[in-house]
Amino acid sequence: MGNLQFTEQPLSEWMNRDGNESNIVISTRVRIARNLVECPFPILATNQQSEEVLNQFEQVLSDERMQPFGQLHPIELDDLDDLDKQVLVEKHLISPSLVTESRNGAAFISDDESLSIMVNEEDHLRIQCLYPGLQVKEAWEKASAVDDIFEDHVDYAFDDKRGYLTSCPTNVGTGLRASVMIHLPALALTSQIGRILSAVTQVGLAVRGIYGEGSETVGNLFQISNQITLGQNESEIIDNLYGVVVQIIEHEKAAREKLLSDSRIRIMDRIMRSYGILSYSEIIDSKEAAQRLSDVRLGVDLGFVNVPFHALNELNVMTQPGFLQKRQGGNMSPGERDIYRAKVIREHLKDNLQ
Amino acid sequence: MQCQECGKRPATLHFTKIVNGEKTEFHICEACAREKGELIPGTAGGFSIHSLLSGLLDFSPATSSQASGVKPAENLHCEKCGLTYSQFSKLGRFGCSSCYKYFNDRLDPLLRRVHGNTTHVGKVPRRVGGHIHMKRKLDDLRRELQYRVLHEQFEEAAALRDQIRELEKNISAE
Ligand SMILES: [Zn+2]
Ligand SMILES: [Zn+2]
Repeated sequence: MGNLQFTEQPLSEWMNRDGNESNIVISTRVRIARNLVECPFPILATNQQSEEVLNQFEQVLSDERMQPFGQLHPIELDDLDDLDKQVLVEKHLISPSLVTESRNGAAFISDDESLSIMVNEEDHLRIQCLYPGLQVKEAWEKASAVDDIFEDHVDYAFDDKRGYLTSCPTNVGTGLRASVMIHLPALALTSQIGRILSAVTQVGLAVRGIYGEGSETVGNLFQISNQITLGQNESEIIDNLYGVVVQIIEHEKAAREKLLSDSRIRIMDRIMRSYGILSYSEIIDSKEAAQRLSDVRLGVDLGFVNVPFHALNELNVMTQPGFLQKRQGGNMSPGERDIYRAKVIREHLKDNLQ
Repeated sequence: MQCQECGKRPATLHFTKIVNGEKTEFHICEACAREKGELIPGTAGGFSIHSLLSGLLDFSPATSSQASGVKPAENLHCEKCGLTYSQFSKLGRFGCSSCYKYFNDRLDPLLRRVHGNTTHVGKVPRRVGGHIHMKRKLDDLRRELQYRVLHEQFEEAAALRDQIRELEKNISAE
């Protein structure tokens, strides 16, 4: 596979649309896990069995009810080179374990990249929907509609008591994982983040984030998702996540207001310094790039910097190691990447000057 | 997944920490995060996701097994795929959908710790779950019958009783 359309562009088409609360919420992702009743789960399936699973699912795609979801492009992992795989992971179109652990792993990705159907990952089937901003219900409804079509063609592993049977006990029941990627710089700057995230986990949600050397988060990006898949139905899971995220957004907005009223000049200085570094540096590592991009993203919302959000979303992907190397056309050492990353950021910000 | 600090409660906070360019994952529960007064514990130790999950699954009712008559773990295996319970404990993964049936006696405590629940209440597939839909319908009809009887609407109640009998016949014929 020489030219894979999905690894050429940093920004998926679905990201170009406007999402709710998109100055704070980057994206919403919903995935549901399903398995065939007859075949062993992927960890135990033979090569022949996993091939058979793939064939069965491939046939479902020709159902005319799949048409509204756009053309789905088949991608077999064995046909991809390592950089293409890495870029697909960086764009969240496939999961890391589809790359590392799968046998006869495949994905069917829609033209606009908002729907990705993974086969032979940890489970036989994983249906994933991506939406910009906060759209948990919309993403669930779309994933569920695709699920209904599959269910008409194949026999799912389902049990009266346990629900949809999954390879890992943490997914059994609904098989539903809904998550929201949220940017919380003001809560981090005002040291409220720990308290709020800790409260979030008390209502059955899990938080993922990335921490740097100290206690500061890299990029202030957090992924909030449901922890429980058994004993709550799908709308309870979706409503709970949505309700909590809306509250977090209110706290973040209040913290941004407070930053503006209490220390406008200091926060402006921080943002403009970051903007300056991104615009003029010659070497930048991925961690610093993420932190500076977080500052600039806040700066856009506060009206200090005039860069479109989509350009920042693009840079989040463009500054990743896989994408940098893909763009440059081959493997690079970390040192070479830091130099190239600085160049990519400088040029992209210049291109998007308004 | 189990909290890496206390080993007792499920982990709800998951963080990747980068020290000298090296990534380490942290998985802790809310209580431990609070106790430490911070979100991230200071050191990682030799922690791995697999040891966590298998620690959770190893929670076998060993002490109560004689009393409750639960099969000892060493003899337990799935007759469809051959996975043994101890393999399941190490992997943290089931081998096939029948594993749920063969390991059923041991799943309640595990699922309660992960989800706080043991029973599915969500979506039901239309075809495979046909009889579940019928059972749910049956429950609805029985409730309505009670209501009608209570309000002395006997004509409606008789019609409902016929409907229920018909549905019961269909379910037992399956
Ligand atoms: Zn703990
Ligand atoms: Zn099995």
